[in-house]
Amino acid sequence: MSEHLHASDDHSHDASGYHASVKGYLTGFLLSVVLTAIPFWLVMAKVLPSSGITALVVLGFAAVQIVVHMVYFLHMNTRVEGGWSMLALLFTGVLVLIMLSGSIWVMYHLNTNMMPVHDMTEMRNMP
Amino acid sequence: MQTSTPLAAGYPVRFYDDGDHHPQQGTLLGFWIYLMSDCLIFAVLFAVYAVLGRGYAAGPSGADLFNLPLVAANTALLLFSSVTYGLAMIGMQHGHKKAVLGWLGVTALFGLGFLGLELFEFSHLIHEGAGPQRSAFLSSFFTLVGTHGLHVTFGTIWLVTLMFQVSRFGLTPENKRRLMCLSMFWHFLDVIWIGVFTFVYLMGVLP
Repeated sequence: MSEHLHASDDHSHDASGYHASVKGYLTGFLLSVVLTAIPFWLVMAKVLPSSGITALVVLGFAAVQIVVHMVYFLHMNTRVEGGWSMLALLFTGVLVLIMLSGSIWVMYHLNTNMMPVHDMTEMRNMP
Repeated sequence: MQTSTPLAAGYPVRFYDDGDHHPQQGTLLGFWIYLMSDCLIFAVLFAVYAVLGRGYAAGPSGADLFNLPLVAANTALLLFSSVTYGLAMIGMQHGHKKAVLGWLGVTALFGLGFLGLELFEFSHLIHEGAGPQRSAFLSSFFTLVGTHGLHVTFGTIWLVTLMFQVSRFGLTPENKRRLMCLSMFWHFLDVIWIGVFTFVYLMGVLP
């Protein structure tokens, strides 16, 4: 009886889609170390000529490292919970993308369009 | 055992249940959806920082304030804690209670180290007069990094609670489920930290 209980417990454990392995964690760890060390080195040693290029490269490394963490640490794939986890993740990703790019776009345009009026007396004649 | 409609001869019997399991319980999926909503909170705070992050109000900028070796140490601590939590989960899969408790303890120490360094950094900044009330940049900085630190704080409290639970009741199905939820939470915080050290610290010190 206890054998049976134990087996069914293991079974439900497998059905949750959680399969961790030492090899997976070590792979993720080594990739993360490399993907963290390079951007720190790029910024601290001022390797690239312009800060614009450095910013883009550093953001690219961050994006790759987020994917590495999702795959190796959070065990994200299309099969977990029958695909619902991935669906929620993609939906959130789209929302985050719209919100970040939209906020930055709107607020920077606001800054350029709302230049301070130097002669405030003119403001009275404005419609 | 009687079926209302007799099977027509010659037709193969078709089962609409293909034997695929549906999840035993929805906790893990529900917790994942909570994490996604948490992700939206952080996205809002990142957006606020993106908009206000250059509003120095004639005060100090990120290049003046940020201490990158300290940030690198913090990053390393959080990354190590992610790996040691993973090793605790592997111990859980093999049913080794002592391994789980040991690795959870190491994870808690790394988490406390992270919090200690962050509190040291914050108190240093406030002591230098660069507190959250100094400029829009510092307000958004303290809000974003402080919210992450608050998450790590509560994650550590949860972790210690689970250590007591596991040591008292063992690796029961309930405790396994809780450990899996905290695993997602902990790794998720490391993912957010990637955004913080890249977007706030590394890009903040660029001229």
